[in-house]
Amino acid sequence: MAEHAFGGIKIRNLYKIFGPNAGAHIEAVKNGLTKAELNARYGHVLGLSDINIEMPSGSIQVIMGLSGSGKSTLIRHINRLIDPTAGEVLVDGVDVVTMQEAELREFRRHQTAMVFQKFALLPHRTVLDNTIFGLEIQGMPRQKSLDTAMRWLERVGLRGFEEKYPNQLSGGMQQRVGLARALANDAPVLLMDEAYSALDPLIRTDMQTVLLDLQKEIRKTIVFITHDLDEALRLGDQIAILRDGEVIQQGTSQDIVLRPADDYVANFVKEVNRGRVVHVEAVMTPGAVQASGKPTVMTGTTVEDTLRVLSREVADEGVVVSSSGETLGVVTVRQLAGAMVNAAR
Amino acid sequence: MEKGNGMDWFFKFPHMDDNSLRDLKKAIDDGFRGFTRSYGDIIEGFFSPLQHFLIASERFMLKTPWPIITLLILAIAYAATRSLRITAGCLATLMIIGYFDMWDDTMRTISMIFVCTVLSIAIGIPIGILMARSDRMQRVVNPVLDVMQTMPSFVYLIPVVMLLGIGKVPGLIAVVIYAIPPMIRLTDLGIRLVDKDVLEAADAFGADNRQKLFKVQLPLALPTIMAGINQTIMMALAMVVIASMIGVQGLGQPVLKAIANQYFTLGIFNGLAIVGIAIMFDRVSQAYGKRLQKHREIVHG
Repeated sequence: MAEHAFGGIKIRNLYKIFGPNAGAHIEAVKNGLTKAELNARYGHVLGLSDINIEMPSGSIQVIMGLSGSGKSTLIRHINRLIDPTAGEVLVDGVDVVTMQEAELREFRRHQTAMVFQKFALLPHRTVLDNTIFGLEIQGMPRQKSLDTAMRWLERVGLRGFEEKYPNQLSGGMQQRVGLARALANDAPVLLMDEAYSALDPLIRTDMQTVLLDLQKEIRKTIVFITHDLDEALRLGDQIAILRDGEVIQQGTSQDIVLRPADDYVANFVKEVNRGRVVHVEAVMTPGAVQASGKPTVMTGTTVEDTLRVLSREVADEGVVVSSSGETLGVVTVRQLAGAMVNAAR
Repeated sequence: MEKGNGMDWFFKFPHMDDNSLRDLKKAIDDGFRGFTRSYGDIIEGFFSPLQHFLIASERFMLKTPWPIITLLILAIAYAATRSLRITAGCLATLMIIGYFDMWDDTMRTISMIFVCTVLSIAIGIPIGILMARSDRMQRVVNPVLDVMQTMPSFVYLIPVVMLLGIGKVPGLIAVVIYAIPPMIRLTDLGIRLVDKDVLEAADAFGADNRQKLFKVQLPLALPTIMAGINQTIMMALAMVVIASMIGVQGLGQPVLKAIANQYFTLGIFNGLAIVGIAIMFDRVSQAYGKRLQKHREIVHG
């Protein structure tokens, strides 16, 4: 088991139609019946249409969309809280859609853990007893599960709160309990359904940092749902943008910001602080340069951080180097400033 | 009706022909009587464990010296409520009841109510759980509960007495039929009101039906279920006088005697004793229910 590398999540040709006779309309939808037509003619709602996403193991996949875009429906297909109308959901190579009830329960107990927008803690249990919930369901002996739970509570900064009830905690702290409960399961897949949407902006940023720090150690395959683009750009190794049940763009933060697929996405990214998203290699002039006397920055540094380096060094140009130290190109303050204000548009 | 002026049917409801109606009633009566004759003993045998339970409980309440019973009741009251005020109230009630020479009847009534409550919980909670799980079950059980609650209790005393005669067990059954509906309904309601988000979380962590029931649904429904137990106790107490008509001993019998002979004081005293223990049970069970959901009250502020 320890040797086995987790195979990631693959979603293929996934469709979800809501309505009493969903199966009957799937062929028509595959042949191009639109969401509006399906609703007007048959009174069925097209929740998800032809979703194809590959989520590599150990990365954070953000699924972004506004309310009604189908993002919460999509995440519930990964642990099959919602049954699809057609398609495959492969988690570590196994199709979740074809699992029998008992098999599905085992899968949920050991392969996935979930964090919810409204926390969904048990109000009659203390923080500690909430954290062991998943382990208790797995059938782990109580003493062992308590040790695991205590470790995770400490890791999310809730030491000393074990005996409190959820109602005695603030929203941010309740969600820390939700996170600890999910992490205690030690499942390779972590599903986070708008986990931070109910929190205050400051606490949200705080929790994002907690997640990013944790991810450096745990390397889970995290699926993170959000309607907040800043959150998506900050957390996502990969981002998929959903609209009306369809994926309209997939890619890294940079792809989304620099090359929006359509006006809808462009409109979204308009207000984004590009300096924190765009990496320096995307704006540099590639080629060999003489590096003497100029400050160097590594690839992957953001435009904002590069500017910070240049202004500290009082330089007009910087040299971009790869992690192995090889020179890749040169970047000017003008290029950096241009990238920040989106001069192209 | 054809012989009148032709409009009789309009002024007088055209009912079933008198002879057929009489035959129908007779047939049903005979049928039931036949059923009673052939199966009465078997049914009585079926209920005999109940009789043993009742007798044992009553013997315990009556044979145990009164100071011990008093201490026992006060201990239970304090353990459930952690309130000295309620415990003192119970003490005062018991002392007054005893001083006015109603101790034995009160013990019989409390024993009866205890057995009735245990029985109602044992039957009512499983039925409530089944109802909460299946809408079809709810559709079937709900009208039955409606009938049980609205049918005048004297009416179902008749078949119970025909089947089991006069005594403790038929009285108990009549009381349970009257008192169990709130138990069932509130169990069903409590489980149905459990937060869908929490249930979804339980599903997401792979809980099976049993784990969901015992770790999520029942604990979260418990305050509502406690309200059901409270209602059941209150309704059982309300049945005490009616049950005494078919031979249930306790505070009901003096009241019945008082009605028959117009003994005003006897009626008032025993009536007040019933009120006294009703208030005792109510305060204790409510305070216990409230204590169960203490975690809901302390809110982050």
